[in-house]
Amino acid sequence: MIPMVSAATPTVEEIWRIVQQQEQKIDRLEQELIESQNRLSEAQQRLGSAAVALDNSVENKSAIEVNRQEIEAAIDSVEQVLVAGGGAKSGASLGGYGELHYNNLDNGSEIDFHRYVMFLNYEFAEDLNFYSELEIEHSIAGDGKVGEVELEQAFIQWGFNQNHNLKFGLFLVPLGIINETHEPNTFYGVERNSVEKNVIPATWWEAGVGFNGQIAPGWGYDAAVHSGLNLDTGNTSASKRTSIRSARQKVGEASAENLAATIRLTYSGTPGIKLSAAYQRQTDLTQSVASGIGVSGIGANLYEFDAQFQRDMFAFRALYAKWDIDSEINLLNPGSDEQVGWYLEPSIKLNSKLGLFARYGGYDLTANDSSAASEKKQFDFGVNYWLHPQVVIKFDYQKQDNENGNDIDGFNIGMGYSF
Amino acid sequence: MTEQEFVSQSFTEEPVMKSMWLKGEGQAAALDILGHRYPALRLRYWISGTKSAWILNEVGKEKPITIGILIDGGTIEQVAILAYRESRGGEIRHPYFTGQFVGTGLQQDGDLDGVIDGIAGATLSVRAVRNVGRYALFLSALADTETSIN
Repeated sequence: MIPMVSAATPTVEEIWRIVQQQEQKIDRLEQELIESQNRLSEAQQRLGSAAVALDNSVENKSAIEVNRQEIEAAIDSVEQVLVAGGGAKSGASLGGYGELHYNNLDNGSEIDFHRYVMFLNYEFAEDLNFYSELEIEHSIAGDGKVGEVELEQAFIQWGFNQNHNLKFGLFLVPLGIINETHEPNTFYGVERNSVEKNVIPATWWEAGVGFNGQIAPGWGYDAAVHSGLNLDTGNTSASKRTSIRSARQKVGEASAENLAATIRLTYSGTPGIKLSAAYQRQTDLTQSVASGIGVSGIGANLYEFDAQFQRDMFAFRALYAKWDIDSEINLLNPGSDEQVGWYLEPSIKLNSKLGLFARYGGYDLTANDSSAASEKKQFDFGVNYWLHPQVVIKFDYQKQDNENGNDIDGFNIGMGYSF
Repeated sequence: MTEQEFVSQSFTEEPVMKSMWLKGEGQAAALDILGHRYPALRLRYWISGTKSAWILNEVGKEKPITIGILIDGGTIEQVAILAYRESRGGEIRHPYFTGQFVGTGLQQDGDLDGVIDGIAGATLSVRAVRNVGRYALFLSALADTETSIN
């Protein structure tokens, strides 16, 4: 503020002093203005830094979220591989089973890596799958060797409906207990039972098209049209000429002049119970070459029933199978128009590792000739010891009474696995 | 039933989804119950109140079966087969089999305290479902004590 002056005219000295005071004030105000500008500039810089830091923080947060999503995706990928079993290609799966047998019977002793089997499956889509099974039987195959390399399954299954599937290709015939489920850790006895082996005859596969599924809760069905059997009518052995087991063509350049059809109805609506009834029609067991023996063809019907019960530690299996064949087959081997077999098998599992069983049954491949002395009855008992649910060691004793007097008794030891 | 449908039908209120990393104890239990390490690094599960829902995969014969397990207070309230990929043994999908698990819990020895009757011809699939039930009960108990992240 300019100081008040007297009404008298100021002197030069006074004016000079006032001017100097004003200059000092102006200098001080200029200094304050500069300082204010400096402080404002610093504040602006700090504000800018804060804004940059805020931007960086937002960017970091976004980066963390991106990283989290990338980690989740990586974990998902790893887990998909893990769930797929580490397969080299997603959708493919491997499995297999095998069994080694030692037989010490009245007709000799032998050791045999009976079956070495690999499963290779591929999932094209959730409802479209390929299944295959390749087997080496008796360890070695080739000209003059005892074994065989066999393609036992190779089919596509399409689940066109939640409860119904269509399958086509080469598949196991839906019959009996062990024809479809025969991994060694799933049944008692070192060898597969002789009734299903000789009468049904397991293991039996054909090529064709079929449906399977559920028609109601607990009620399942199978229906298939497939290649048929072909009897070895020219064999010098009568029993070989009419052997159903020997008539399997195994889908190797198989005659398809006459097809066959199989249907099966299954009830498993109560836990621990499974009941099955099956029927098969073979339109001509000779595949249209029966004219060579003076007949127009040999048709056949197979009827098969089986039951499986399991309650707590107890289990029971029973099976009956009968071929009703046109009587013309008797020209090849008398009495062979009726071939029949059955067995009963109670078992008890003492704990998760140890199970005991007994089996009694019989079969006759010329049952319609009472003079043929061809009936075989067999009693087996033994033990399964599961080292792991999928690895088993087996022992059994068999007593086979043959009507022809050639009894075959003895014991069997085996090991088996599946995965 | 899809996995989403299983989860949504399991709860009356919107559940919270959590993740459990399968570290020492979780994998040790898998070795003991399933016979192998569980093929995952962490498991998602859903929880609301005393209920928890788990979706686990276990191989029956050759292919993984996707199984949903709903647990309430230490016992199984529901088992649902969400995907079955084997060529045979699909009977395990039906309620007459899965219904046997309702109300079962774990015994001291880690086995189920109820009897589960099998299905002939589906032995391996039945075993897989039974073991997954045991494992889910273990995980449910573990979830109550272990640190988990959302």
